[in-house]
Amino acid sequence: MDLSAFAAEVGLDDPVGVLGLGTRGGPRPGARVVGAPSGIDWLQPDEMTVCCGAGTSIDELSEALAAHRQIVALPRGGTVGGALATGHGSLLALGHGPMRDVLLQARYVSAGGEIVTAGGPTVKNVSGFDLCRLLVGSRGALGLVGEVILRTRPMAAAAGWYCGPVDPFATLARLYRPAAVLWDGTTTWACLEGEPKDLVDQAMASGLRQTSGPPELPTGGRWSMRPSLLRSLPERGGRFVAEVGVGVVHHSEPAAPVEIDPAIAVLEERIKAAFDPSDRFGPVRAPYM
Amino acid sequence: MLSEATVASVAVPDELVDELRAALAPDRVRTGAVELDLYKRDAANIVGRAGVVCFPLSTAEVRACVLASARHGVPFVARGSGTGLAGGATPLDGAIVIVLTKMNRILSVDVENRSAWVEPGVLNLDLTKHTSPSGLHFAPDPSSQQSCSIGGNVANNSGGPHCLADGVTSTHILGLEVVLPDGTVTCFGDEAPEVDGLDLRGAFVGSEGMFGIATKVCVRLTQNAPGVRTMLLDFERVQDGTATVSAIIADGMVPAALEMMDQLCTTAVEEYIHAGLPTDAAAILLVEVVGLPHGLDLAVERVSAIGTAHGARTVRIAQDEAERALLWKGRKTAFGAIARIKPNYYLHDTVVPRRKLTEVLRQVYEIAERHELLVMNVFHAGDGNLHPLLVFDGREPGVWDRVHRAGEEIVEVSVAAGGVLSGEHGIGLEKRDYMSLMFDAPSLAAQAALRSAFDPLGLSNPHKVLPSPAACGDHQHLPEGAWI
Repeated sequence: MDLSAFAAEVGLDDPVGVLGLGTRGGPRPGARVVGAPSGIDWLQPDEMTVCCGAGTSIDELSEALAAHRQIVALPRGGTVGGALATGHGSLLALGHGPMRDVLLQARYVSAGGEIVTAGGPTVKNVSGFDLCRLLVGSRGALGLVGEVILRTRPMAAAAGWYCGPVDPFATLARLYRPAAVLWDGTTTWACLEGEPKDLVDQAMASGLRQTSGPPELPTGGRWSMRPSLLRSLPERGGRFVAEVGVGVVHHSEPAAPVEIDPAIAVLEERIKAAFDPSDRFGPVRAPYM
Repeated sequence: MLSEATVASVAVPDELVDELRAALAPDRVRTGAVELDLYKRDAANIVGRAGVVCFPLSTAEVRACVLASARHGVPFVARGSGTGLAGGATPLDGAIVIVLTKMNRILSVDVENRSAWVEPGVLNLDLTKHTSPSGLHFAPDPSSQQSCSIGGNVANNSGGPHCLADGVTSTHILGLEVVLPDGTVTCFGDEAPEVDGLDLRGAFVGSEGMFGIATKVCVRLTQNAPGVRTMLLDFERVQDGTATVSAIIADGMVPAALEMMDQLCTTAVEEYIHAGLPTDAAAILLVEVVGLPHGLDLAVERVSAIGTAHGARTVRIAQDEAERALLWKGRKTAFGAIARIKPNYYLHDTVVPRRKLTEVLRQVYEIAERHELLVMNVFHAGDGNLHPLLVFDGREPGVWDRVHRAGEEIVEVSVAAGGVLSGEHGIGLEKRDYMSLMFDAPSLAAQAALRSAFDPLGLSNPHKVLPSPAACGDHQHLPEGAWI
């Protein structure tokens, strides 16, 4: 994919940021807004990789992959670039892995206007430092991603949601590699994938019955907790749906501010200064909006 | 012939040694000829020079070593078992070698939430043995898993046969306690899934010891599979085996492992372990599928059908755990078996797109023939991770030059096919000067910028991974001994 037009649009000196579909916010106020390239450049089902513009909508990408019975472990809605910039995984992160593992290669426009390649095109690669993982969740603060190569996954033969008034931690221990185990303090939901007969056997053995899908998620805040602390959630009040075994909590209340280790703050400042010395792309920690 | 790195002959200051001995203990700071000789290299064919060798027992002692390095301006190199194959733990310029093998405690295991905190010197297989009674294991399983350490796995983002389905080390590292090159101790991530700010954990994993030293590691543990089937398929043509690999993936399966050996390798292994391997086959494919009963049965049927359709002569299914262990022993001891053929070998590590396996393997055989070398191929076919083994007698005049030239060409054809320099061994010294085959100047500058942010003084394992700026776009000459 030719990124030269995108690089020219990003330019060299003024505050600038990418706006995709706006589902996860956009550049900070006052920044010039640009759009990342969109569209699928190539899709190689037998390599389980796909190359697309960062501005490609995840729904469009998912449809194209579904034709080959493959998926990409990104949450639906918005653009690929927006999802990668926030780093918030999908509800199926327990089974499909964290979002950071999806990005194999990124080509981004640096603050100096150069096109930089991070990572490599193959599913396995340890050639040089892992800039891809640094970019995921960096809120576009280190560079503006124009093109990505993503790892895809085969679509399961069958998938279904099941629920019941059972202990979520015992359920996690009993099920074999569920795609998700959710808990709202009373009811446990599980997303199971695999051969249909295995799904039924697993659900029955765990005291779960079939349901139409996951529960409605509270949208007040997205908490990130150590999974071992999830048991204490009912005592904290508010409505929640916790991703058991992962630690993401969809809560009715905003997440509490996190105290930043000064050593981490210093290191992040140095990285930011190295990649974007004149702060064209905004801070790494401010809300992506 | 092991080659010696061109290192400056700089004496380690007595004051530095005294400081280290005061901070650790006199018997854990060694300058004797035996220790300096033992720790001048890792498992690569590159020899460096250690100035002083330290054996810390705690984070505080690692920090003391790092602070002494900064005060005296002497670089440090952290290492574990020294099984690395790219010279990543080779000390240069009389560096302080910080050996982490004595920091080998499993600190805590959370069975319910499948994580554990360990010290970096814990051996990979020891962690799995420790957690297996709880039905859990540490998924990355390099062939050296009996001797390689978790800290080394973190430094190299190690892989292994079972990383095809479960991912390489970075997927399984949740958090790290690190000593940064300026002596600061901090944590990158923990068991919580979404740490605000930059993913410093992700950046640190695979940084080959150039961003600091991990002193505690929080690992994700993986649920053991309820059922396992291991199959061995054999082919009359290598290309039929590689076509089977692509067809299995295209069919929507990601087996737990998908490993291939060519005839020369199979023959050497069979003579070594007597597993009943078909030595008349051009290639054999080891396929392992895991899961629940119905899915497992179906996967075995599908793999068998795909293999047969692509010319597999036989499909052998391990009938019990003993047979399965024997088949895996064949795969994991392949390198030992090679000693039966020639006294020396050079193991390469590149990745190519799966659909290019046939073409690149053909080129690998041609390269070896042109340089009058034997080549064996034993590799992670499922993720396109080639491991051509050049087998030779190092006493033969001029053979090392041919080995080096052949290795260079193997890397070049892999990258030209749309592949990458390394799938799991890392860059280290070995492939440092080939980074420009994959990355242009701005991309290398971005990596150098990240390194400088972590280590402004450049004392943490310097001269690895990144070619010097002058060499960008051209191949820079390495310390002698590297094959490139």
